[in-house]
Amino acid sequence: MEPVVSVHGLRKRYGQFEAVAGIDLEVQRGEIFAFLGPNGAGKTTTVEILEGFRTRTEGEVSVLGVDPAKGDAAWRNRVGAVLQESNAEPGLTVRESLQLYSGYYLHPRDIDETIALVGLEEKADTLGPQLSGGQRRRLDVALGLIGDPELIFLDEPTTGFDPSARRTAWHVIDGLRELGKTVFLTTHYMDEAEQLADRIAVIAGGRIVAEGTPGTLGGRNRMAATIRFTLPEGSGADDLPPELRALLAGEDGRVTMTSDSPLRHVGALADWALARGIDLPDLDVRRPTLEDVYLQLTRSES
Amino acid sequence: MTAASRGPLVLILHQAHYDLLAILRNRQARFFTLILPLPFLVIFTGVFGNHTAHTDGTFVKLKAYYVPGIGALGVIAASFVNLVISITAQREGGILKRRRATPVPAWVLVAGRTLTAVTVSLTVLTVLLAFGRFVYGVKLPTSTLPGIALTAVVGSVTFCVLGYALSTAISNEDSAQPMVQAIMLPLYFISGVFVPNITLPPWLKHVAQVFPVEHLSDGLHHAYIPGVHGVGIVWSDIGVLAIWAAIGLGVALLRFSWLPKAEAG
Repeated sequence: MEPVVSVHGLRKRYGQFEAVAGIDLEVQRGEIFAFLGPNGAGKTTTVEILEGFRTRTEGEVSVLGVDPAKGDAAWRNRVGAVLQESNAEPGLTVRESLQLYSGYYLHPRDIDETIALVGLEEKADTLGPQLSGGQRRRLDVALGLIGDPELIFLDEPTTGFDPSARRTAWHVIDGLRELGKTVFLTTHYMDEAEQLADRIAVIAGGRIVAEGTPGTLGGRNRMAATIRFTLPEGSGADDLPPELRALLAGEDGRVTMTSDSPLRHVGALADWALARGIDLPDLDVRRPTLEDVYLQLTRSES
Repeated sequence: MTAASRGPLVLILHQAHYDLLAILRNRQARFFTLILPLPFLVIFTGVFGNHTAHTDGTFVKLKAYYVPGIGALGVIAASFVNLVISITAQREGGILKRRRATPVPAWVLVAGRTLTAVTVSLTVLTVLLAFGRFVYGVKLPTSTLPGIALTAVVGSVTFCVLGYALSTAISNEDSAQPMVQAIMLPLYFISGVFVPNITLPPWLKHVAQVFPVEHLSDGLHHAYIPGVHGVGIVWSDIGVLAIWAAIGLGVALLRFSWLPKAEAG
């Protein structure tokens, strides 16, 4: 099946500066695809080229089989965009804003159903500018969905949200999966990508530096785990068996070791401690988080 | 059936309906656009209304002069001033950009917004003329109603187009209001809106004749001249307004952007 979004060798230059330096992307139908990257990495430039707002310098781009630079009304009927920054329609209530936008489309969704989808039933007759930040963003999502698009772009949908508003928004985005929509999500929140995305691509310095599922991105599944614990008074890291001493990564009151095979090393540590009759109550084994991977991937570039 | 599936005319009316709703619910727009022209009329008529002035070869009471003059101001406030401020705010707030992400054609958005401005202009003008008629006894010859209507509609459309053109030079919402007033206030004074242009030195009259405000106010004044022949259309005024509309359209087509200033370019 033809991918919904397909990008080959995309470049965007502004004078001498190359904001997007040759990227390839593919997003399949029904997928929630997260596009991650630090500010200024080329994220928004790429998305705006896909949305048809920006021209490109080089490369091939196809969104729903159409070059977005030539996207006509028929194409716009199939694509929804929730932009990074957009105010509410002044002077219009939630319902009126959706009525206005639904008139732009040939086959829009039902207005009340869309209001319910984003959880704004209680606020349907409130003026858009009087909504809270989180509610306003949900209105944005509703406006992006009202045309019943096959593909929806969500550009940083939860920036500036408090934790509970983010949970609600995630719930809404997760609901799009059940509607069979393809979602192209940009974010700089790792937990958001981990929670929602089927697949992630990381852009830094205008290049894709990693691509994968949240669990495997950047070799996360193969990366070393961190083991940390505090030794009781009277014993030091020097007392550890040589096999474990070789893993030492630091000691600042707490011992830190990195391990490629955490089960074996924790076992050895347990044998050693039990033999000496000591306990390690704050023992902690941690996989690298998506955030660790992301920071490592983007550190050199930004 | 949605507005879009019923063709562009229905879609324009759809857009104009919601644009109008937004203006009526905006306190600032309500005050400056709908209310303010009336106190202007009351003040100028109160101070100078019973003097006479010589205009277009005949003497008229100044109150008969101020009714169409402030009418021109009302049309400009509803078309140019209100449009520049709201379009700039909508552009910078990403609202125009979001609308352009939908299938609605750009020209439909512009036409809908212009239709809204023409509607508000004609309403404000009607209120002012009716106020003049019933409070100051300033009668409008019924024969010249077509002249008033045509001048007002052409003037309103011209000032909308000029509004779109000017908005391209304004970087944010906060500078929109001072900018439009800085342009319009001197023109109101030299174009027969605040001051009868008979009192102006000839060179200043010539300056005023270059600009569209003079031709809108002159077109409206003309219909009030006692004993005027025909339907009251001054084709030279309509012609100059049309030239300004063409200039504005050219500038807008070249420079107008749907994206916030910081993103455009």
